[in-house]
Amino acid sequence: MATTKHSPEQEEAAQGSALLQPIQRRSFLRYAGFSACATGLLLAGCGDDDDDEVANAIDVGSGDNGVLNYAYALEQLEAAFYAQIKTGTYYTGLNASSAERMILDDLAVHEKAHADFFKTALGSAAIKQLEPDFSSINFNDRSSVLNAAKAFEDLGVAAYNGAGRFIQTPAYLVIAGKIVSVEARHAALIRDLLAYNSFVDNDVVDLFSPTSATSGPGVGNGTGLERSKRPAEVLTTANQFLKQGSKLSANSLR
Amino acid sequence: MDLFKLISEIEKVDPEVYDRFDSRRRVFKHFGTMGKAVTAATLPALFSGLFTRAYGQTGTLPAEIAAVLNLALQLEYLEFYFYDTGLKSANLIPAAERPGIEKIRNDESGHIKVLRGALGSQAFSQTDPPVTAFDYTGGGRFPDVFTNQATYFGVAQGFVDTGVRAYKGGAPVLMPNKDLLEAALNIHSVEARHSSHIRSIRRGSPGAMPDMNNLNQKPKSWISGTDNGGSAPPTTTPIYGPGTPATGGATDIFFPAESNITQAGVNIQTNTTGVAITVAGASESFDEPLDANTVKSIARLFRAPGNTVLFA
Repeated sequence: MATTKHSPEQEEAAQGSALLQPIQRRSFLRYAGFSACATGLLLAGCGDDDDDEVANAIDVGSGDNGVLNYAYALEQLEAAFYAQIKTGTYYTGLNASSAERMILDDLAVHEKAHADFFKTALGSAAIKQLEPDFSSINFNDRSSVLNAAKAFEDLGVAAYNGAGRFIQTPAYLVIAGKIVSVEARHAALIRDLLAYNSFVDNDVVDLFSPTSATSGPGVGNGTGLERSKRPAEVLTTANQFLKQGSKLSANSLR
Repeated sequence: MDLFKLISEIEKVDPEVYDRFDSRRRVFKHFGTMGKAVTAATLPALFSGLFTRAYGQTGTLPAEIAAVLNLALQLEYLEFYFYDTGLKSANLIPAAERPGIEKIRNDESGHIKVLRGALGSQAFSQTDPPVTAFDYTGGGRFPDVFTNQATYFGVAQGFVDTGVRAYKGGAPVLMPNKDLLEAALNIHSVEARHSSHIRSIRRGSPGAMPDMNNLNQKPKSWISGTDNGGSAPPTTTPIYGPGTPATGGATDIFFPAESNITQAGVNIQTNTTGVAITVAGASESFDEPLDANTVKSIARLFRAPGNTVLFA
């Protein structure tokens, strides 16, 4: 605790009425916290840490290991997805020397490299091998596969960006950065394959519109920022692609 | 929002947390700004405001954070005017590519707005630098940059790839300010999306085959090795090469070349199982950061002669 910053508060308290007599700030906050949870209208997480947990979910943990396991989980999902693509007739029907096949092969390699990297880096702290559920994806259909790929890649980018704030070790932030830009390259290419020039679009990037055709730099609406997502939101989507027993929570990352 | 847990967690990392809150009177005054009774529905917003007051930016950014943001801002101007000038140049950008390049130009404009908003009076200049502050021929290296499509998109690739590496290298400095960090990450990934698109254009289309023997002509959407030095070796070679320092321990920050295949002490090629992975594949799986000084030395090629403000 700091010891020398009390005088402004003491001064102000002295001017106040009895109602505003100084109380221990800790007590005030505990009181306020209690009120927040006791007012009938439920606030997410108050009073019961388990309120918004998925039943029997695997929690990714806290601190840097939590973020790394969170990333590991998403990379496992992506790696399993691209591995399964190779079993469908969409992929097997592609000419062996076609660009689309080469692209999917590259993506499969990159995502497996990411997943295996996290597994090794985490060592005994790693969460278990997850069991995916891709039953909603038709691996025999180009549109179904590429739209799923787009969803996974966009989700990955939003997830890394939204989890950056929970990383404590600078070198780990750099590692996450090294991966997220590759995911963004994937996402942009898959989107361009599905609809040319959709590499950025308003569903994933808060597009900027100049006020007029002659506007100077920075004059207009929007930001040009990726729409990052926090872990709880990401996992709601990711859990749709995981079997019971492999569903995830990230209760410490919020 | 579990306040008990939140406060006790904050107390662990910031023993002065209680001193950061205003007096009880000021807390009530803050609550009073809602102008109505405090209800459960309004509490989260109130507490969020309270924490913003306790930890929010109160004026000046630390010098090292301002330096990272100012370099980023200058790179965004470099890019904005490059795309804006390209769009205004007759017979340069094909009709099919204009919507994409307009989006990229607009994204950069948005990034300028965001960075200026964060920097305020600490921006390197309170007015926009003019387009004439830049020399897109790179001191005569690319004399046909605004008349030759191949040159234009080649230089564009150099700019976006430099930008991605620059943001990645600057990110750790922003860690004390989580909101600024997240904003920078949200720019960083958009720059990577741009890079992917520019590389698709250079290849001929998203679904065109790269030429693995000549990646500086037909690159992949990701960086393979050092991409043969990029679109215009040797000028663009530093964009894919190492920065300073180029080596370091598992938890150090260092700046290897894009061809690096070892991450946090793990050899990505030997560590990856179940798929056939080449050295190129191991390098493509991870982008690399670049340090500010190396970024500046690359960018200085594109500032007008006599300009000493940009990329200083």
